[in-house]
Amino acid sequence: MLSQLGRLVSGRYHYKRSVSCGMFREAAGRSWFSCGALCKRRSQLQRNACLEMKQRVVPCQISSRSASRTTVDHDELKKFWSLASKWWDEHGEFSALHALNDLRVSFIRDNLLNVHRARHPGKPLLGLRILDVGCGGGLLTEPLGRLGANVLGIDPVEDSIGTAQLHASHDPDLCDRISYQACTVEELSAEVEGGEEECRFDAIVASEVVEHLADLETFAFCCSHMLKEGGSLFITTINKTNLSYALGVVVAEQLLRIVPRGTHDWEKFISPVELERLLESNGVSVQSVKGMLYNPVSGAWSWTNSTAINYALHAVKQRVRPQQDRAEHSGP
Amino acid sequence: MDPNLMGKKILLLEAGNKKVMDKVPEMYSTRVSSISPGSATLLSGIGAWEHITKMRYKPYKRMQVWDACSDALITFDKENLLDEMAYIVENDVAVAALTKQLDSLSDNVRVKYRSRVVKYTWPMPHHAADSVPWVQVTLANGETLQAKLLIGADGPNSMVRQELGIPTVKWNYDQSAVVAVLHLLEPTENNVAWQRFLPTGPIAMLPLSDTLSSLVWSTSHQLAEELLEMDEERFVDAINSAFWNNENQSELIDTAGSLFRGALAAIMPSTGSPRQLPPSVAGVGPKSRVMFPLGMGHASEYIRHRVALIGDAAHRVHPLAGQGANLGFGDVACLTQLLSQAAFNGKDLGAIQHLLEYETERQRHNLPMMAAVDLMKRLYSTNSAPVVLLRTFGLQATNMIPTLKEQIMAFASK
Repeated sequence: MLSQLGRLVSGRYHYKRSVSCGMFREAAGRSWFSCGALCKRRSQLQRNACLEMKQRVVPCQISSRSASRTTVDHDELKKFWSLASKWWDEHGEFSALHALNDLRVSFIRDNLLNVHRARHPGKPLLGLRILDVGCGGGLLTEPLGRLGANVLGIDPVEDSIGTAQLHASHDPDLCDRISYQACTVEELSAEVEGGEEECRFDAIVASEVVEHLADLETFAFCCSHMLKEGGSLFITTINKTNLSYALGVVVAEQLLRIVPRGTHDWEKFISPVELERLLESNGVSVQSVKGMLYNPVSGAWSWTNSTAINYALHAVKQRVRPQQDRAEHSGP
Repeated sequence: MDPNLMGKKILLLEAGNKKVMDKVPEMYSTRVSSISPGSATLLSGIGAWEHITKMRYKPYKRMQVWDACSDALITFDKENLLDEMAYIVENDVAVAALTKQLDSLSDNVRVKYRSRVVKYTWPMPHHAADSVPWVQVTLANGETLQAKLLIGADGPNSMVRQELGIPTVKWNYDQSAVVAVLHLLEPTENNVAWQRFLPTGPIAMLPLSDTLSSLVWSTSHQLAEELLEMDEERFVDAINSAFWNNENQSELIDTAGSLFRGALAAIMPSTGSPRQLPPSVAGVGPKSRVMFPLGMGHASEYIRHRVALIGDAAHRVHPLAGQGANLGFGDVACLTQLLSQAAFNGKDLGAIQHLLEYETERQRHNLPMMAAVDLMKRLYSTNSAPVVLLRTFGLQATNMIPTLKEQIMAFASK
C-alpha cells in the first residue's frame, strides 16, 4: 500500500488490466485530480525537461531511474526484445508492417494536410511536430520524417530504439528531423505536462500499439495531454470481434505466419466504439474511422468499408473552452 | 520538376562532353530518332519539347510499308491526316534541348561531364551494422559517390547491368544499319515515312525537311561496307533502285497477291490509302554516311536492390519499327511516376517495392513490342515463296482492318 502511495505521489501510475487489480484502478482513478495538481508544482522541473527534449538529447533521464514499465506489459515487451534486430527486413517478421506504410502514411499525411495547408513541395509536412508512440524500429517514423515533419519516436524496448537510431543515422536527410527516446508514453507525458504549448505535438501516432498496452486509459490521457489543441491523434489497431480472432489471430499467426506466433492477445483488442468512448472522455473527438484489409497473397493492404478486423482512426483534440482555461490559471 | 521530387538531389554521370547548341547547324546530322506522341508528351512535360520545336524537327502524317517480294503494302495514318503520327528529331537537337533544360534545374540536378565509373559497390539487402546501405560509385578520378538509387542508362553494353550480373537474352542480327542524309530530287511536302522490306533487310526514308530525308538501311554487313565505300552516284542509284526495283517479285507471287486482294475486297470494303510512290534521291549529304551493327537484347531483370535499368541498358531492338528511343522514354515516364508516388508516401527512393512495379509494368509493355519487331525482322529476311505468301496475305489483310491498324498505332504511340 505504501509503495502504491509512493508511486502516486511521484506522478507515476501503475495499473493492471486484470480483474484482481480492479481495486487498484479505482483508487488510482480518484487520484487523477491530485496528480494534476502535483504536476503543476513540478512545472519548473518539467520546463527544463522540455527544453532538453527540444535540443534532442537522446537519453530520457526519467526512464533510466525507473525499474517498472507502466502502460506496457512485461510479457509484451519480451516478444519485441527478441525481434529488435529484425525490424528492417522487408521480407521478414515485420513485412506486413512495412506494407502497411502504404495506407497509414497516406492516411496521416492527407488528414494533416486537410488542416495544415502544404506550402513546401517535396516536404508536405514541414514544420509539424509528430510523436510516434511505440515506434519500434522506426518503420513509420522514417517516412513521416522524409515528408518534412519533426518526429520523435518513443518505444520502451531499448534495442528497438537502438536499431531505429542506427538505421536513421545512415540518411543525412533524416538525422536532423528524427529523434528517438527509449521511454514509455506516460514518462514522456510527465515531461511535457504543464510545459509550453510548443512542447506539445501537432500529431500523435500510435500505430499497431494499443493492442499491446496494459492500460488504455492512461495512454489516452497522456496522449490528450501531449497534443496541441486541434492536434490530431492517429491510431491503427485491431477490432475485438469473432472475425478478428479467426483471421487476425488464428489464421495470421498460426496458419499463415504473417506475424510471429503469440504477437497478439485477443483480449487486448478494442472496438472502434469503445476506443471512441475512451478518447471522447479525454477530450479527443473522433473524426473518421476506416477499415483496412490485408491480402496475404499479394502482401498488400487496402482500405475497406468493414472495420471488423483492422482499422485506422483519426481523432482531434478539442479546443478547451475559455472559462475552463481561466479557472486553471487561477488555481494553486 | 516533379513537385514531389523537389528537394531530392540528382547527379548525372555523362561520359561525353556537354552538348550546347546556340544555333542549329545548317547541316543536318545523320543520327535521328522517331519520337512518338507519347514521348513528345513526356518531353513537353519537362519543358524540353519547346526547345526542340524552336530548333528543328519534322512531323510526319503517314507511314507506308511495303514488300519487295510482292506488292503487298500497308499504310498507317491518323484519320483525316490532320494529326501527326510522330516526329523525326535529330539526336543532337534532342540532347541539346535536354541539356538546356537541365541547366535551368541546377538546384536539384548536377551533371558531371567526362566522367567514367571504374567500380560499383552494391549494398546488402538489409544491411549489417557497419556496411554502407547505399550504392557506392567510384569514378576514374578517385571520387566516391553514394546514392540511394542508381539508375543505369548506359546503353546496350551497360556496365551497370554487367556488374550486377543480370542475365541478358541477346543476339546479333547479321545486319548493320547504314544511315545518311539524303537530298531529294525535287522539293515535296515530305510528310510520309517510307519503309520497304528487301530480302537483305528493310530500307527506310524518314523526312527531315522539304528537301532532305534521313536514310536508315539495314542490310548485311558486307553490303553495308560496300555502300559506305561507294561513290556518291552509285550510292544514290543503289538507294533509288532499292525503293523502285521489282526484280524480287515473281509471277507466282504477283498472281497470288492479286488473288488475295480480290478475295479480301469481296469480304470487306477496300479501305486504306492508295499506294504512293516514294520520292527519288538526287544526292547524299557530305560525310554523312555512317554504319553501326544491329542486335537484339533484353535484360531478364530491370531492377535490383537500389538499382534500376532504363532504355537501351534494359532492352535493345531493331530500328525497323522506330521504337528504340520510344521504349526508353516510356521507361522514363513510368519510373518517374512511380518515384514521385513513392516520395509522396515518404518512402526511401531505393526501396524495392516500387522498383518491382516499374519492372513489371515495363516488361509487360516492352516484351510484346520486342517480340513483334523481332518477328517482323525474321519474317521479312527471306524470299522463299511460302513465307512471302504468308506475309503478303498477312500484310494485305491487316491493311484492310482499320481497327487493327489503330490498335497497332496506339501501341506504338505510347
